[in-house]
Amino acid sequence: MSVMQSSSIVPNTLSGQQNSQYKEAIRIQKLNKWYGDHHVLKDVSLTINEGEIMVVCGPSGSGKSTLIRSLNQLEEYQEGSVEVFGHRLVRDKQSAQVIHNTMGMVFQNFNLFPHLTVLENCTLGLMWIRKVPEAQANKIAMNLLDRVGIANLSHRYPGQISGGQQQRVAISRSLAMEPKIMLFDEPTSALDPEMVKEVLDVMMDLAKSGMTMMCVTHEMQFARQVADRVVFMADGEIVEVGLPEQVLMKPQWDRTREFLQHVL
Amino acid sequence: MKENDLVNANRESSPLRQFKATSSRPPINTSRGLVGWVRAKLFNNVWNTVLTLCVFVLLYFVLKPALNWAIFDAVWRAANRRQCLAISPDGACWAGVIDWFNNLIYGRYPEPQQWRVNIGFLLGVAWLASLTFKKTPYKVWVGICAIVLYPFLASYLFLGGSIGHDISVFHGVMSAAALGFFVLLYMNLVMRLFGKKCLHEYVVSRFTTLSLRNAKPMAFVTSWLIMSVVMAIVLFRVSLVLVPIDHWGGLFLTFIIAGFSITMAIPVGVVLALGRRSKLPVIHWLSLGVIELLRSVPLITVLFMAVTLLPIFLPADVQINKLSQVLVAVCLFAGAYMAENIRGGLQAIPVGQYEAAQTLGLGYWKTMVLVILPQALRMMIPNIMTSFISLLKDTTLVSIIGLFDIMLMARNIANDKHWLGLDTEPLVLISIIFFVLCYGMSQYSLNLEKRLKVDR
Repeated sequence: MSVMQSSSIVPNTLSGQQNSQYKEAIRIQKLNKWYGDHHVLKDVSLTINEGEIMVVCGPSGSGKSTLIRSLNQLEEYQEGSVEVFGHRLVRDKQSAQVIHNTMGMVFQNFNLFPHLTVLENCTLGLMWIRKVPEAQANKIAMNLLDRVGIANLSHRYPGQISGGQQQRVAISRSLAMEPKIMLFDEPTSALDPEMVKEVLDVMMDLAKSGMTMMCVTHEMQFARQVADRVVFMADGEIVEVGLPEQVLMKPQWDRTREFLQHVL
Repeated sequence: MKENDLVNANRESSPLRQFKATSSRPPINTSRGLVGWVRAKLFNNVWNTVLTLCVFVLLYFVLKPALNWAIFDAVWRAANRRQCLAISPDGACWAGVIDWFNNLIYGRYPEPQQWRVNIGFLLGVAWLASLTFKKTPYKVWVGICAIVLYPFLASYLFLGGSIGHDISVFHGVMSAAALGFFVLLYMNLVMRLFGKKCLHEYVVSRFTTLSLRNAKPMAFVTSWLIMSVVMAIVLFRVSLVLVPIDHWGGLFLTFIIAGFSITMAIPVGVVLALGRRSKLPVIHWLSLGVIELLRSVPLITVLFMAVTLLPIFLPADVQINKLSQVLVAVCLFAGAYMAENIRGGLQAIPVGQYEAAQTLGLGYWKTMVLVILPQALRMMIPNIMTSFISLLKDTTLVSIIGLFDIMLMARNIANDKHWLGLDTEPLVLISIIFFVLCYGMSQYSLNLEKRLKVDR
């Protein structure tokens, strides 16, 4: 893994907290993506600093999921670049290494492995990629499960636990690989209202621990409480970026206001 | 905000009552007993009563002659068919089948050597049975060795002869490795059963002093190697009587063909299915071609091609026996069908599983082996088992190209000068044998399905 210190040659105009003590974790430049003729990402540029919590919101179809999935190459993009800790991502083994070593992802539908127990889900990556011995991997995984409050369910299968619990397992599974950046793709959208809180609590806890996070979410309460910056996207473009109070309370654009009226 | 006010207003006007769940009561009894069931299902109205009586009458007319022929009027002991007919002209002549029973099971395998067949099969059963025990160490390797090594050991046992002369040294070495693995496996199991450490765990201290990273597997491999050398010394000393493949036959041969092709169909099928889904054009089109070619041709044609065409393409001095040709043909044929089954399973796996595996950093092979295939195979258990059952029945086709499987042995009874024309009874017996085997397989598949259900 090559984690290079990024030099900020380009003035970071989009950053809300322009502070030299922050290191760049992710730098997205002029990202463009088309599905056929459909232009889903239009010149998206964004920088996420280390330790920053970035919340991306916007109406469905605005390209926010596509954006977050482009960061770890689940989606291909046709134009632009993504840099992670100064390493420009291309489609090769080294970039894949950088991605796996630095980024974890949590999905809307959890995507747990249904044939493995909760514990095995969490140890799979440790044992087969990090080559951690089984006993040690179990210990690490149990610690994480304990941290998200479901250590007692470690021997259940994903189909036997609730959605909120599954999502917490998914978070532990990602954390087991010790990522530096966590990507959340609508982590609470598939959950019953009663279970949203338990997942958000885990995410808030994670945010407090200093993890760099990028969350696509509709939970405005979470955005207001935790986010360092909020990005509002519509029609494949970034409409507004700024502090949560700024974007959520005093939006500059009518498009943002319209959206916020619907979700708040 | 308005809603909040409403809630608050409600709260102020009347204090909240505490909710307490009603205690549950046991379910009401709906079972009716046998008489109740008969009355409710068979005689609940005039129409059903008439139908039930009709079925009973029909059963009487079908079952009575069948039972009379098969059991009550049957002849169980006679010297030949003429005697059978003299005793009871309308009954089954089981005496002929009993006389030929040994041949139906072992073919023309010499009787004093038949213990080798039994031992060979027992070894296989014991090998597979060890996979179901909880205490078996290195289960994955036990399974892999069952597929890779066991065939060598079994074929050595069945074939016999002296190593280096009748069978190749390589074959002998592999057999020794297989036997070594098997002995080690059961020694370990017994030791674990008595609460002791496994054999290789005693050797492990030697390796930890060498500070090797994989000390435990290394110790296991070493103890296996030592055991194999011991077994090799034994095997190379002993020489079994050579029983040429032409003498193999009966149910024994059916089991060999069915067992081999069933175990090989899965790996072949997995490779073909993954190949077909590959993005590399050469691999994709090659797999597609093999699958479609084999699926669009009847098995009997594949068998004929294997036996008549294959030798043409091989150099003149290479001679393969008919059984190997048939095994390869049946394996490929079954593999092609299996590939389509597995492909169905692969397609049913949600794309999120691949994405989750990718974000964890699992590469293509680890994703397939650890995440995708286990789910796909489990999902397809009913289809895979259906393929296996039809494969087992299809193996009877090898009798057409002159392998003495149970079918051909049964037909041969009718040509025996003592039992001339006796062909119904052997076929009935074969039907029963196949029914038991296939029904067993289907029950096992149901059991497996229940145990391995993907989403519990």
